[in-house]
Amino acid sequence: MENFYYTLIIPVILFFTFVFTGLLGRKFKPLFSGMVCTASIFISTALSWYTAYQYFFVQGKVDGAYKLINVFNLEWLRFNETLSIDIGILLDPISVMMLVVITTVSLMVHLYSLGYMKGDPGFSRYYAFLSLFTFSMLGLVLSVNIFMTYMFWELVGVSSYLLIGHYYDKPSAVSASKKAFIVTRFADLGFLIGILLLSAYAGSFDFNELTNPQGSAILQSASVTFMGLSAVTWALILIFIGCAGKSAMFPLHIWLPDAMEGPTPVSALIHAATMVVAGVYLIARLFPLYIFTSPQALEVVAYVGAFTSLFAAVIACTQTDIKRVLAFSTISQIGYMMVALGVSGYGGEEGLGYMASMFHLFTHAMFKALLFLGAGSIIHAIHTNEICDMGNLRKYMPVTHITFLIACLAIAGIPPLSGFFSKDEILVAVIEKNFFLFIVQYIVAGLTAFYMFRLYFIVFWNKEKKYEHEPHESPSIMLITLVFLAVCSAVAGFIPFSEFVTSDGLPFVTHIHMKVAVPTVTLAVIGILTAFFLYKKESTSPDKIKISLGLIYRSAYRKFYIDEVYMFVTKKIIFNMISVPIAWFDRNVIDSSMNGIAAATNFISEKIKYLQSGQLQQYAFVMVAGMILIFLLTVYLITL
Amino acid sequence: MTEVVGIQHFMVLSTLMFFIGVYGFLTRKNLITILLSIELILNSVNINFVAFNKYLYPENLGGHFFAMFVIAVAATEVAVAIAIIISLYRKLKMIDVENVNEMKY
Repeated sequence: MENFYYTLIIPVILFFTFVFTGLLGRKFKPLFSGMVCTASIFISTALSWYTAYQYFFVQGKVDGAYKLINVFNLEWLRFNETLSIDIGILLDPISVMMLVVITTVSLMVHLYSLGYMKGDPGFSRYYAFLSLFTFSMLGLVLSVNIFMTYMFWELVGVSSYLLIGHYYDKPSAVSASKKAFIVTRFADLGFLIGILLLSAYAGSFDFNELTNPQGSAILQSASVTFMGLSAVTWALILIFIGCAGKSAMFPLHIWLPDAMEGPTPVSALIHAATMVVAGVYLIARLFPLYIFTSPQALEVVAYVGAFTSLFAAVIACTQTDIKRVLAFSTISQIGYMMVALGVSGYGGEEGLGYMASMFHLFTHAMFKALLFLGAGSIIHAIHTNEICDMGNLRKYMPVTHITFLIACLAIAGIPPLSGFFSKDEILVAVIEKNFFLFIVQYIVAGLTAFYMFRLYFIVFWNKEKKYEHEPHESPSIMLITLVFLAVCSAVAGFIPFSEFVTSDGLPFVTHIHMKVAVPTVTLAVIGILTAFFLYKKESTSPDKIKISLGLIYRSAYRKFYIDEVYMFVTKKIIFNMISVPIAWFDRNVIDSSMNGIAAATNFISEKIKYLQSGQLQQYAFVMVAGMILIFLLTVYLITL
Repeated sequence: MTEVVGIQHFMVLSTLMFFIGVYGFLTRKNLITILLSIELILNSVNINFVAFNKYLYPENLGGHFFAMFVIAVAATEVAVAIAIIISLYRKLKMIDVENVNEMKY
């Protein structure tokens, strides 16, 4: 049996590229750095596809089921007999699937950026960070050990921070990058505590051990309880908080819309296709643990996911910044994935939700990356993000128009595009478990179709606006990537996903369920038609609806004031109640006691420095006098 | 013949020498004289060593050896001290100890 050692090259080559371009990028022409990074991501992509082929079609199957393959496992830090932090590579259906998604989207973004970022002063820095990001994301999905995941998880956060803040001379970009970093760091605190709790009660960091349904971690862990829930449930909920931070679930979603300050290809790569689904990925990775030890934690996942998807979809209908609409749509779609995971069972047909979630992750990566890159193409042409300043662009940008339309149809769930299949699986999985959640997701499906086509009609149809210069179609390197992703989004749905990625590795066959598919597609078409009538031509009816909705519209437009709530909590409560007293204590108690000690020392030494006269005989006299004194004292004490 | 010279005599002699040396060390201003005073102190110690050795432990030689050591160390010490004094003289054109106060606060 051939081994998979070459998978090590996939992330490592990108790390070396990062070091190379990061350190030496200034010495070469910017385009050279871009070429080096693109070449290495190309090698990674080729290897990933080869790995996927080898895993899914040649070697991965043992007795009809896909097995975990531990390519290698290097012990790094050992705590006791069972607990150690390892570095290694783990291949299983979801990690191989993620490998393909990440490298493919990253390759597209690398190519696209060659056109989009042309002439940018930070060109080689940008490429270095793209390499760093892709490296850390690949490390994240390939890790064998939850602690290794955590390390790469943080690295991903750092590279996201660096890339959001790419235009570091723009104050809004700087504050957006800080916000993203702080919010996700805050969530990662939960993740870290969750890991520690989990390792304490389940006794392992190792995914092999943790996710084995017959393993000791699952069988022995339910013993300790706290506030009515077992310790492992708490650990898993805490880990979910980390996932919610990364995947922008309510109420930790606030960083993602702001993260759109970064360059658009970055939004496509990090904030649509790869990093934000890391949370979904991690829950899928720990799925056996969730399902066997704490269904309650999974329920939390499902309800948070459902609420977030509805919440974000409503906001997306009101936003006017093209990238923000897409950002809220991303949040909403990730909510879908979370719901699917949350309602899923384990094994075979029961695990439909798990498979559907991964399927949606896969297709969503394709069409959302396409949407972002299409938006980037538009922004590249007319230099604004506001959809109010766009209109009738189909005349000027035919390729962007067609690819964007395909992506919109895909996300709206129109057959036979990819989004239809994955969304259908999710809805089937949900309707079998929980009818209430199904209703929520069903409404969200309609809203998705509506807001995507609102965007589409406003940007590409509607009335032509005044542009600074004639809008032009983007360079061909950008169009190639758009077309490639459009093809992927169109055909990805025909992949028989359930034969590759399932909760227990056993393939099964899925069918399209007409009783779910027909109403969903009908609703999506209704959404599209509504958008068509409202936004196809310029009309006053959208404004009338805005006014009649009044408060609801305004609060949705202001994103339900979540940001304001955060500002209130941090500025008014935390600053005044905690930070100000601590600052006072620091300045007045700690600092002044230190200053007092220094001042006393200074004062005393000023006084006694005259003892140091430099007169040899004075010293000698003091010495002799002291000796005589000691002598007399000794004699006195002895004779006493 | 009875012993007319006892250990007490030696002790009185060495005590006198010691305190004369200390007095000279504390009062004289000339560095050479101070050096001489130190020699007096050292030699009073030597007398003590030899006398105690002779009267209390005649079968041992420890006191004698110690006196030899002290003489050897005193010789080297004098060499170093004279060197310091010469370089001070070159610098200050005098060897008065009161003026050697460059190391004060």
